[in-house]
Amino acid sequence: MKFTLSWLRTHLDTDASAQRIAETLSAIGLEVEGVEDRGAALAPFRIAHVLEARPHPNADRLRVCTVDSGDGRRLNIVCGAPNARSGMKAVLALPGAFIPGTGITLKVGQIRGEVSEGMLLSAREMGLGEDHAGIVELPEDAPVGMAYAHWAGLDDPVIEIKVTPNRGDALSVRGVARDLAAAGLGVLRPWRAEPVPPSFPSPIRWVTETPACPWVLGRFIRGVRNGPSPEWLRRRLESVGLRPISALVDITNFFTLDLGRPLHVFDAKTLVGSVLTMRQGRGETFRGLHGREVTVTEADCVIADAQGARALAGIVGGEETGCTEATTEVFLEVALFDPVAIANSGRRHGITTDARYRFERGIDAGLMREATEAATRMILELCGGEASEIVEAGAEPRTRRTASLRFSRLEAFGGLAVPADEACTILGRLGFETVSREPDRLTVRVPTWRNDCAGEPDPQAEYDLIEEVLRIIGLDTVPAAPMPPLKDDMGRDRVVPPPSLTPSMARAATARRVLAARGLAECVTFSFMDGRLAALFGGGDEARRLLNPIASDLDSLRPTVLATLAAAAARNRARGFGDVALFEIGPAFWGGEPGEQSLVAAGLRAGATPRHWAQPSRPVDAIDAKGDAFAVLAGLGVHLDGVQVVPEPPSWLHPGRSALLRVGANVTVGLFGELHPRVLAALDVAGPVAVFELDLGAIGAPRRKRRGNPNLPAFQPVQRDFAFVVDEAVAAGAVLRAVRAADRALIERVELFDIYRGRGIEPGKKSLAVAVTIQPRERTLTDTELEALAERVVAAVAKATGAVLRG
Amino acid sequence: MDATATMDDLDRLRAETLSAVAAATDLAALEAVRVAALGRNGSITALLKTLSSVPAEERKARGAALNALKDAIGEAIEARRRVLEDAALDARLAKERLDVTLPPRPSPEGLIHPISRTIEEIVAIFGAMGFTVAEGPDVEDDWLNFGALNIPPHHPARQDHDTFYLPGRTAEGHEKVLRTHTSPVQIRAMFANPPPLRVIAPGRTYRADHDATHSPMFHQVEGLAIDRDLTLAHLKGCIVDFLRAFFGIPDLPVRFRASYFPFTEPSMEVDIGWNRRTGELGRGEDWLEILGSGMVHPKVLEAGGIDHRVWQGFAFGMGIERIAMLKHGITDLRPFYESDIRWLRATGFRPDDVASLAAGLAG
Repeated sequence: MKFTLSWLRTHLDTDASAQRIAETLSAIGLEVEGVEDRGAALAPFRIAHVLEARPHPNADRLRVCTVDSGDGRRLNIVCGAPNARSGMKAVLALPGAFIPGTGITLKVGQIRGEVSEGMLLSAREMGLGEDHAGIVELPEDAPVGMAYAHWAGLDDPVIEIKVTPNRGDALSVRGVARDLAAAGLGVLRPWRAEPVPPSFPSPIRWVTETPACPWVLGRFIRGVRNGPSPEWLRRRLESVGLRPISALVDITNFFTLDLGRPLHVFDAKTLVGSVLTMRQGRGETFRGLHGREVTVTEADCVIADAQGARALAGIVGGEETGCTEATTEVFLEVALFDPVAIANSGRRHGITTDARYRFERGIDAGLMREATEAATRMILELCGGEASEIVEAGAEPRTRRTASLRFSRLEAFGGLAVPADEACTILGRLGFETVSREPDRLTVRVPTWRNDCAGEPDPQAEYDLIEEVLRIIGLDTVPAAPMPPLKDDMGRDRVVPPPSLTPSMARAATARRVLAARGLAECVTFSFMDGRLAALFGGGDEARRLLNPIASDLDSLRPTVLATLAAAAARNRARGFGDVALFEIGPAFWGGEPGEQSLVAAGLRAGATPRHWAQPSRPVDAIDAKGDAFAVLAGLGVHLDGVQVVPEPPSWLHPGRSALLRVGANVTVGLFGELHPRVLAALDVAGPVAVFELDLGAIGAPRRKRRGNPNLPAFQPVQRDFAFVVDEAVAAGAVLRAVRAADRALIERVELFDIYRGRGIEPGKKSLAVAVTIQPRERTLTDTELEALAERVVAAVAKATGAVLRG
Repeated sequence: MDATATMDDLDRLRAETLSAVAAATDLAALEAVRVAALGRNGSITALLKTLSSVPAEERKARGAALNALKDAIGEAIEARRRVLEDAALDARLAKERLDVTLPPRPSPEGLIHPISRTIEEIVAIFGAMGFTVAEGPDVEDDWLNFGALNIPPHHPARQDHDTFYLPGRTAEGHEKVLRTHTSPVQIRAMFANPPPLRVIAPGRTYRADHDATHSPMFHQVEGLAIDRDLTLAHLKGCIVDFLRAFFGIPDLPVRFRASYFPFTEPSMEVDIGWNRRTGELGRGEDWLEILGSGMVHPKVLEAGGIDHRVWQGFAFGMGIERIAMLKHGITDLRPFYESDIRWLRATGFRPDDVASLAAGLAG
């Protein structure tokens, strides 16, 4: 919402500067988006009188002018404008002035041998438009020597404010003035519309058939002459960016901005019949004033005559029934609409107008009659004619409401001890009339224009009043108080705060550090992705697809974090970084209902390990990802011996190089493996890409146990190595499990330290070399006992896997 | 030599042996000298063995002479051994020389994303003020996202939110949306626990807006404090204390302006002082809007099942990327979500750099 300082001053008697007004507006909730002072750039330019313009002796196209600058001097100015002539009034810039249109600072110069002591300006040179056909020509009566900006009314700062959606009343100059007056920046000027006596009965009457329009007034005015508005009105509208059209249209725009009261004026001769009806649409089509066809439905409120719908009520009038230069009879519409109906209708039709904007935020129902009178009066003043009686339909809705403020609440809730008198004064200036005042409380009538403030028994009523008082005093004056400590059950201060993380966030924090410490870089990718890619990862179904995505490649909730992480790897590869290790902790969606999501930690390693003199580079593989997954599980307190690796991966993983991870009684906590070549191709990534994903919610909290004194055996551990030859198909895990199971008391550690295929090993077989750490607990073991244990190990592995000890 | 060997003979033996010790150039040669002199069949051992055949009156003097000879030679051999050992060690060390300019074996260089780090810092600061973390789902029903927050259908604020919708309705008949703010967690927190409450809820939020300064997904942190006597003064104290701790500027200017949010009343925008031209925080004439806050609206308390006549408090919400960008001088929002490894390396945090109040958060 834009207004100028001079317009504001028609409602507010104030000496405050634009700067001070802007600061106050921001503080009281009418945030200033900008203050534009066009006068500042025009300040050096004066009105001057061209006494004589004669041809330049040395140039055909130039003229030499003698100019009266209004300060007694006669200046010699060389001018190239074709319209420079003796006797004209023009705009003069003196040396030292900055010319906005050319970006240069003027100096005294010589042009083809003639001294030029200034410059006569075109509109473009002043930065006031594109007109450069000649210098600006002012009327005969323009006062020589006066600042041009002042004379032209351009020294009037334009203030633009952002009005929050609750403050429909502040979408008017008067509403802004009222707030500023309440804040002590002046006095609100009284405003009253003098009634215009009726001259004849209205040939048109109103009917309203819809709750969307509870009340409407109208007035017939005949004998008008429509034409351009007077200078003051045109300037006022132009100053806030509106194009003047004709007096009748300009008057409606003026009241929309001045009072926040949208009006409509029909050309009465274009209306058919003698009744205008507010009713639902019936599928009619008309051309709106915005230049487009509007087809109305039952859901719309329209203004209809005997021919049908002529206007979309509260939003846009019809082109056919609008006023033109030829209009001589008008019918003025002053209506009240249901904000929700207007909002719905406007949104459905995609039409944004100043009227809709105000109606959907709620207008002042108390201003209906006065607005009618004021608009009538201005029409008669500017266009002549005579006015009918006021006709109306519907009735004023019951909007009278009262609210009470307990003065103590200002401090107990608002944190600021405001003297009762001050609170009463502020509310009074804002238009809250006192109904009663007691020592501890004030009861007021809520103004009709304050649609944001409730009356009792609405629970917010008192809070509205507290807000009004604090807002106007300035919330910045409320002192800041430190947070008091929490209290324990006994009511004592709890100086040491409780742990702040939820178990799931704590798990995420641990996983994050584990993975970053293992060399993966954390990413944050979008929760949504291309539905076609999501389908590759088991998602992309209807339930997880957005109804209104911003782009087709962001239309589906991701079924797994790995889907968006793999895309991130692809982007890095496209930039020349194929070898990356990335992870993300975030939501994966298994459905589209609230709660159908899991917090997962997912990681990805692409390409090869780094090339280094001490260790050769190699392609990443599933076991790298398994290591990452296991590190996270260990970090979260999961006993790794209890983790089952189940080779039943989802279809988007390599079927032979991937597996699910299960813990306890068949709880799947995640998966690891390598992305399926088909997925890699779809993502345009070269393999291998090793991935893992863990559902942090599926991993239980570790059992808390006291550490106590550890059991440190007094006897040295013994290490024995075994090499087992098994079929290729035998899983290493089966061998290791069998070794461990051979003697759970004595065998403390089992490590696979070599896998060998080749010479000495039959084709189709492999040799697994295992280091077994035996920890005696009671006494040192004899050779015989060790030998017996070794035999038990070999027998157990042979039984479980068919292994033979390598000879 | 035998028992008849004269003192001259002994002197000669000493001289010969010491010269052999000195001549030994390695430990093996030295050992040979030792064996020849002091070994079982060594020359001095042999002389000691003849001592018993020496007449008793000479035995004492001869014994002393022989032992002195033995000690002298033993010491000489030990001294020579140390010299030779040192030389051998020096020779070995010279051979073992390593090119110490070799780069070390690679160690993992993972990083934590600035958004995660910022959330950790936020949690640490509010945690010290007694707040605990609460969570909610990314897909919300429109009652929790809007209705319960005093944003009824058709409220203009709903249009401002550019909401993403999902198909169908929930079992309760509500529309499904991607949450447009973290505020629904306020209601969830009220349902989950009776007051008093102090919760913060960091998380992902979504709005259908994509340009240089808007991302369709971003992060917010919501704060909610409900008690019997929390006032707007506490709201201000809490936020001022947070901002100053977070940015590490003890005198950071903070300004509160009246504003409007449907779920708070009074509502305030919070600005911090900065220099628009240089981006420096805490100094300069300009103000930068940084978060929204207010006293919890009575209708929101009602929606959360809390009696507004007994309980009152405040709520606030801020953009996590926004404060991270300000703190770290990052001006482009989009790379936060692009996972460009170069950007991550430049802006990420080391995993051993844990955000804690004990260590300070200014970095």
